[in-house]
Amino acid sequence: MDMQMILMAVILVTVIGLIGAVILVVASIVMYVPVDERVEQITGVLAGANCGACGCAGCADYAKSIVEDGNAVNKCVPGGAACAAAIAQIMGVEAGSVTPMKAVVACSGTCEKTSKRYEFQGISSCQAVKGLYGGDGMCQYGCLGYGDCTRACAFDAIHIVDGIAKVDYAKCTGCGACAAVCPNAVISVVPEHKRKPVVLCQNKDKGADTRKACTAGCIGCMKCAKACPKQAITVENNLAYIDQSLCVGCQLCVKECPVGVIHVPANA
Amino acid sequence: MAVELAVIFFSMILVDNYVLVQFLGICPFLGVSKRLDSAVGMSLAVTFVMVMATAATWPIQTFLLTPANPDGSLKWDMGYLQTIVFILIIAILVQLLESILKKYIPALYKALGVYLPLITTNCTILGVTVLNIDNGYDFLESIICAAGAGIGYLVAMVLFSGVRRRVEQAVTPKCFKDLPITLVAAAMVSLSFMGFGGIVESIFGV
Repeated sequence: MDMQMILMAVILVTVIGLIGAVILVVASIVMYVPVDERVEQITGVLAGANCGACGCAGCADYAKSIVEDGNAVNKCVPGGAACAAAIAQIMGVEAGSVTPMKAVVACSGTCEKTSKRYEFQGISSCQAVKGLYGGDGMCQYGCLGYGDCTRACAFDAIHIVDGIAKVDYAKCTGCGACAAVCPNAVISVVPEHKRKPVVLCQNKDKGADTRKACTAGCIGCMKCAKACPKQAITVENNLAYIDQSLCVGCQLCVKECPVGVIHVPANA
Repeated sequence: MAVELAVIFFSMILVDNYVLVQFLGICPFLGVSKRLDSAVGMSLAVTFVMVMATAATWPIQTFLLTPANPDGSLKWDMGYLQTIVFILIIAILVQLLESILKKYIPALYKALGVYLPLITTNCTILGVTVLNIDNGYDFLESIICAAGAGIGYLVAMVLFSGVRRRVEQAVTPKCFKDLPITLVAAAMVSLSFMGFGGIVESIFGV
């Protein structure tokens, strides 16, 4: 009797499953909707990181929006120019140019330049440290150094070296995943350039306070702004900012900076 | 008879509303209620699947899982298969609905997106089918109950998409932005539905 009941249960579920399968197969044949094969092809060409730098929910979603909504083909940042060209070939359009982007960590406060305010013993995450009195560093603006960005990076391109995040420019694709998770917004994604420098500090305190917190911080002394022949540098809130569209890459500011906080990211 | 059916139908909408009173199906309730048109589409899809699922699961429960002899005793009892069989049937129905929508109403298919496959695991559907059996409803009562539950879902979604638009335009403290304030608003709408307790019985004099 027991054996019979077990057998009946198995048969019942199997039969229901089979009937359902037949119905679904028939339905999928009767109501077949042709899928554009280019979507599959483009999904194959894309970088596959699902980073969202293109503004879509993922690689497959971007491929779909290219084919169906005529989205631009050059939005895949990790894939770069090669990827755009490949998609353009599939779609039969011009590729357009892709500016390679790189992540830049705007903080120079390595272990010997700055120090800790307290010893943090919670879970090892920047988000957690930030939640406790705004972080354990003397500087409230700098890199917290607990590696949220390292964990967010799909390309193993950013690591904590000497207390601050350091970008591996050979591996960085500029997708911006690290910038999105950084609770201090220290990381930004800028167009890659061999000569144009960036201010590697975020500290907006007055010069004297900055100096107490970190010997590598921007003190807002205006020397760079005066040195710049193109007026590309402005100092606001005690922090220098270089307008990349005006900068010509003469690097006079790099030489002039008394705290040495202005660098070309790729050489830093 | 008609009065009994009306009581079941309206109490499913107002008093025993699946989303706001019994707290089932919260995921699509929060996920798809941002826009009125997709909220309506989702609710109609849920209603359709609910009625179809009830129509399919009630006979299976009554005639295959727990068939009764004329004297009321059970021929055999495979009621323990209820959950797995019901989920199987709901999954098939949702898959079917998905191909139908894809073919004939692609706009709704696009608007529902990931929430359509999620109906498969939506606990309201399973909840309706299982509770119909537990309440001892006959076939017609079950169908009416499922339809009422679906309309109740629609009412909740439409009401809440309106509330949500107001909430999104309001100035919210930073710590309450997005989901927290949405949950607070949902709690208030749910509280207001508690006020319907007993209304159906008074109206129909049962």
